[in-house]
Amino acid sequence: MIGYYIDLALHSLRRSKVLTALMILAIAVGIGASMTTLTIMHLLSGDPLRGRSGQIFYPQVEPDPGSKAREPHDVMDYQSAMDLWSAHRADRQALVINSRVKLLAPDTPLPPLMLSMLSTTSDFFTMFEVPIRFGRSWTAEDDAAHARVAVISADLNDRLFGGQNSVGRTLRLKNSDVRIVGVLAPWRPSPLFYDVRGGRFSSGDTASFYDKPEGVITPFTTALEINDGNFDPFTCWSNPTTPGHLQNASCVWVALWVQLGDAARVAAYRRFLDGYVAQQQTLGRITRADNTRLRSLPEWLDFNGVVPSDVKLQTSLAFAFLAICLCNVVGLLLAKFLRRGGEIGLRRALGATRRAVFIQCLVEAGVIGALGGLGGLLLTLFGLWLVRRQPVPYADFVHLDASMFLATFAISVGASLIAGLLPAVRASLVEPALQLKVL
Amino acid sequence: MSTLQLHPVLAALRKHRIATVVIALEIALACAVLCNACFLIAGRVQAMHVQSGVDERALGTIKLEGFDPQQANDLNARVMAGLRALPGVRSVSAIGAVPFGESGIKAGVHLDAAGQQPGGVVDFYVVGPDAARAMGVRLLSGRMPAPDEYMPVAQFVPKEAPVLITQVLAKHFWPDEDPLGKTIWAMDTHFRVIGVVDHLTVPQPGSGEEKDADWSIVVPAMPGPQLAGKYLLHANPEDLPRVMRDARAAALKLAPDAVLDLDQSRTISELREAFFLSDRVMTGLLIAVILALLGTTALGIVGLASFWVAQRRRQIGVRRALGATRRDILRYFQVENFLIVTIGIVLGMVLAYAINMTLMSIYELPRLPVLYLPIGAVALWILGQLAVLAPALRAAAVPPVAAMRSA
Repeated sequence: MIGYYIDLALHSLRRSKVLTALMILAIAVGIGASMTTLTIMHLLSGDPLRGRSGQIFYPQVEPDPGSKAREPHDVMDYQSAMDLWSAHRADRQALVINSRVKLLAPDTPLPPLMLSMLSTTSDFFTMFEVPIRFGRSWTAEDDAAHARVAVISADLNDRLFGGQNSVGRTLRLKNSDVRIVGVLAPWRPSPLFYDVRGGRFSSGDTASFYDKPEGVITPFTTALEINDGNFDPFTCWSNPTTPGHLQNASCVWVALWVQLGDAARVAAYRRFLDGYVAQQQTLGRITRADNTRLRSLPEWLDFNGVVPSDVKLQTSLAFAFLAICLCNVVGLLLAKFLRRGGEIGLRRALGATRRAVFIQCLVEAGVIGALGGLGGLLLTLFGLWLVRRQPVPYADFVHLDASMFLATFAISVGASLIAGLLPAVRASLVEPALQLKVL
Repeated sequence: MSTLQLHPVLAALRKHRIATVVIALEIALACAVLCNACFLIAGRVQAMHVQSGVDERALGTIKLEGFDPQQANDLNARVMAGLRALPGVRSVSAIGAVPFGESGIKAGVHLDAAGQQPGGVVDFYVVGPDAARAMGVRLLSGRMPAPDEYMPVAQFVPKEAPVLITQVLAKHFWPDEDPLGKTIWAMDTHFRVIGVVDHLTVPQPGSGEEKDADWSIVVPAMPGPQLAGKYLLHANPEDLPRVMRDARAAALKLAPDAVLDLDQSRTISELREAFFLSDRVMTGLLIAVILALLGTTALGIVGLASFWVAQRRRQIGVRRALGATRRDILRYFQVENFLIVTIGIVLGMVLAYAINMTLMSIYELPRLPVLYLPIGAVALWILGQLAVLAPALRAAAVPPVAAMRSA
């Protein structure tokens, strides 16, 4: 029966080409706009660790004795972070800091360049499942030995060494030589979750959370030595005595990430964190023992409002536009069905039930939706192409994935069925006799 | 004339309740989105036209990094002397930050020594000798720093420095008092206000905690390890593009040990352009959305009005046969459209405020000014009348004899 209805629908659509084209166009444009923005929302609010984020936690303490804020600082001071890290109470733990560093590859003709260096501890690679193309990451022994080693990103490896296996080669970071022990495979977590902080102070302008990962990664202990004097604090409550050297400063600048396998481990870590702060309070180093947090990675991303407010605004605009397009389709379908009042009356007089008329009209709306979805898909691809050409940090990974591809059709057909509901009900109420008289 | 026609119009609309409601809803949505989108565009345009307070067309900046801080004094001397020697350069000074460049020093300030009276988070422009003059900030009262007031930077800023503040900041700190001679506490030291300038935007207006773009303070300082690598170039506007090209090339030669930041070594106008790029893109997008939704709404009106005209051919014929003029028929459809659009606009205004409330919670947006509502209303009335014109003219062309034929 449905096959027959689809035939009828196609026949009817061919009969009034302009009206049909208008409806398909309205749905296609509305779907194109909303799916473009929805795809970006979907990409930007996705899980950067593909399902493992729930195990990753972000401890925070409040080391600032004068702080009256309700929330602790976004990152920790060196002492607290180091104490918590070296206790090794979590399944895995990694310290994370960033600094600008001058990099030179001595055996290439390239001039020195400035880039952002990530400095962390060995668990970082296993905890975040960082893919490694050549070589390996460094070990806990390397951390302890302040080893002069580095892991570089695929991008930097392409730029410096043309994508060759560069393990064993030397890089000069500031004034020190480090040996490359590993080269990452292309890795593009979105957002760059381990660097996310300060979202609540950014008034929604959070596009930089989607920057590319750092080019060079060195052990935490090594970086403190080789790039001393180049560390920027997140904030300070008193000036550091030596600029760029923050180990003993009243500044927060170190992030700690921990992996906790199950709820019991989370609860135990919470107790450990509270115990640590209480102990530091008795030592007089921390005054606000009540102000600790242990957010999971998704909670932390949520707290920072990682999706830029411009993207949210674009999405709501696009859906308002889709709603307008749908109103349009409702009006046009109404016109179309009622113009065929006579034909519907005839079908009713020949024994078609209201239900049959209703379903036939809905099928017609659905066919329009499917055709509109096809147009919408093309417009979505065009929209995403436009976004890729925009100067936004996330431009490089904007693409239509399988789920969004299917969603395009689902939303398109769903929306046109909803739009068809009212006109179909109205059409099914056509009285057989009344319309026949007019014919 | 039109009052006479109102009754049949209302009666007809009552008969086509669903279609009327649908098209009114569409107009309501369009009106709500239109008002808010216009408001957002106005906000962005206003942000993009922020007054920098400096002579943008005559200024450029060079940024070097990656040098050894021990060598900073040598680097400063070498680079500044080399840049000054370039033809067309009027002055070169060390500077900590420039408008629309990277953000400089931000700190929370207090208006009393005890730290009980917070003044908010403000931006500090640490500037070397001659920079304040080269920037072209306009002094409203007080004086510029004297040559002996440029002191070495201790921590981020020199200790107990004399400073210039903007008039916005002066009003914010001391609403009813003379700001000259007043003291500001921040970063473990304090500053004395010696002058007030009319405007000076923070380096990144609109993206920080500052409540106003003009929350900037100018601190004179001596170039040294803490004030090195960034230089402000002053040249005649017509020479500036060439001067900047030469300066970038010269900087590479003058400081082979440092890395030139090409993104930041630009004219202030170029930095401004780059800084507002995303706002420009968003404005373009908003305009595109407005055009698309007005177009869609117009098509909807044309579609439905055409249908109504086709459906009522017989009635129109009868009315014509009974003596109605073409003008009456035309007027009928115009009045009908006006009524529907009016219903939509009334609904749309309520909706516009609802959307505005939501936006206020996402953005720190002010309330939608009432002015935008009549603009949206007039735009939609005009759109409705234009859209209905063609179908209405077709209706007016229906001959009286149509009454005799079946629909």
